[in-house]
Amino acid sequence: MSKEIEQGNAGAAAEGTPSNSVTPSPLVTALQHANPEWVGEVREAFGEVTVIVPRERIVEICSFLKTAPGLEFNFLSDICGADRGPEEEPRFEVNYHLFSTKHYHRLRLKVVLTDDDTHVPSVTGVWRTANWHERETYDLFGVVFDGHPDLRRILLPDDWEGHALRKDFPLRGYEPYSLT
Amino acid sequence: MSTTLPPQFEIVDRPLDTQMTISMGPQHPSTHGVLRLELVLDGEMIVKATPDIGYLHTGMEKLFEYKKYQQGIVITDRMDYLNPLGNNLAYVMAAEKLLGLEIPERAQVIRVLMCELQRIASHLVWLGTHALDIGAMTVFFYCFREREKILNLIEAASGGRLTPSYFRIGGLMMDLPAGFERRTKQFLDSFPEAVDEWHTLLTGNKIFQRRTQGVGYISAEDAIDWGLSGPCLRGSGVNLDIRRSNPYTGYESYDFEVPVEQDGDVWARYMVRMREMKESHKIAVQALARLKPGPIKADAPKVVLPEREAMKRHMDALIHHFLIVAEGFNVPEGEVYHAIEASKGELGVYMKSNGGPKPARVHFRGPSFVNLSALPHMAEGEMIADIVAIIGSLDIVLGEIDR
Repeated sequence: MSKEIEQGNAGAAAEGTPSNSVTPSPLVTALQHANPEWVGEVREAFGEVTVIVPRERIVEICSFLKTAPGLEFNFLSDICGADRGPEEEPRFEVNYHLFSTKHYHRLRLKVVLTDDDTHVPSVTGVWRTANWHERETYDLFGVVFDGHPDLRRILLPDDWEGHALRKDFPLRGYEPYSLT
Repeated sequence: MSTTLPPQFEIVDRPLDTQMTISMGPQHPSTHGVLRLELVLDGEMIVKATPDIGYLHTGMEKLFEYKKYQQGIVITDRMDYLNPLGNNLAYVMAAEKLLGLEIPERAQVIRVLMCELQRIASHLVWLGTHALDIGAMTVFFYCFREREKILNLIEAASGGRLTPSYFRIGGLMMDLPAGFERRTKQFLDSFPEAVDEWHTLLTGNKIFQRRTQGVGYISAEDAIDWGLSGPCLRGSGVNLDIRRSNPYTGYESYDFEVPVEQDGDVWARYMVRMREMKESHKIAVQALARLKPGPIKADAPKVVLPEREAMKRHMDALIHHFLIVAEGFNVPEGEVYHAIEASKGELGVYMKSNGGPKPARVHFRGPSFVNLSALPHMAEGEMIADIVAIIGSLDIVLGEIDR
């Protein structure tokens, strides 16, 4: 069903322009059919489907996508944060990369956040693998995942100040890190 | 899954009856890198195991944002340092997806050949160190001797053993040297007997079987829920290989099997990787037979460096060379997530471009990072000696976990 989407993923050239295609992806149609409020903006480019979803609904959307017949996104590949820059509005993005081990299709869900409100509900209740991905996004971007069982830094030391992958954090840090 | 003691060893008296929390690592010969495990122990039995990572964090993802796309390739070598060609491939293919480049066939075949050789090399390190941790020290020497041959081949092609950076956005760094095909054929001819020899060392060994069977069990549903991929997932009975499900670089046209085992324990993961080495050998033989003369870089003068001689004689080639090296090439705005089947599992690259010569965000979804997150689940109820076997079976590389 969604194998046609996947042909675009297979290696060679895919059109680089976001398509306002007449036939949207069946994944988006299924989401819209379930609850039209869930679908914000849709971008289909490079053979991939990105749906911007409202932040408060992320858990119910993910639960739906995990179990809905024909979709069955039972595998969370990755949660990835991105900082668009301190002058951009909205500043932060959190991308959820979903994969189905049954149908082999992929989907990207995106939640956008502003600088002063970086809270997102945690999806560890849907996929346990979200645990470490959300810790990493918190550590490097400062996005707080509400409901996460153990939200603490994972890569940087526990007493580190600041969130290193933000665009306004300098490449070399602020001062030499001392262990004493 | 806990181990039960025979009745004559049943504990009758527990004078202390306390739990002890100790640190395994970060300096430890069996943790395969700078990994710290906080173990809460009840005697020898593990009540809770919590990995503490970040000792090798070097901020590679931040570095990508300050380098041009082609400069980022050398950074990728250092992530999973046992599978650098795989990292190179994932990064380069993500950029090619954004650019919409079409890679010529010879480059695709060489990419498959090199990636499968790299997969064998990575599995050899796994086998040697895993057996070493369990106590079988001789296997280490056999595996590293064989791996030396592969590293010599990779060095001949790219100049680097562990940091080849052999792929470029649009193709390869340069073509295979003279004699490479003959030497590769020589290696591939002797490889299957070598694998059979290693089987005689471990597979029928009762001690190895007792140490690995029934240890570190994870069910298929739990494995998917925890995001396991690669041999860890296939050892639990899930038939998922990205080379089959979402093929890339021409993998759909090669004839190979995907080994899957049902038991979900350390033994199953061992058998999956042993069989995978033979399958990789099969693919490499097919790729070698398929090599035909042809271009090794895409036809994209603004992205791909021109031939050296052309650059010295033709003005447009000179200008293109200068612009690519000095300013970089602009990559169309957008984002991609490209996943490949690296030796450890699903290696995904999320690349976001703002239309300039430097990426806006590059994120590597390292399979070792996710596989390690399932360790607390697998290790509860096991003994300390078992956790060594479990870590070995996960095949983690701290460079990929910490980046």
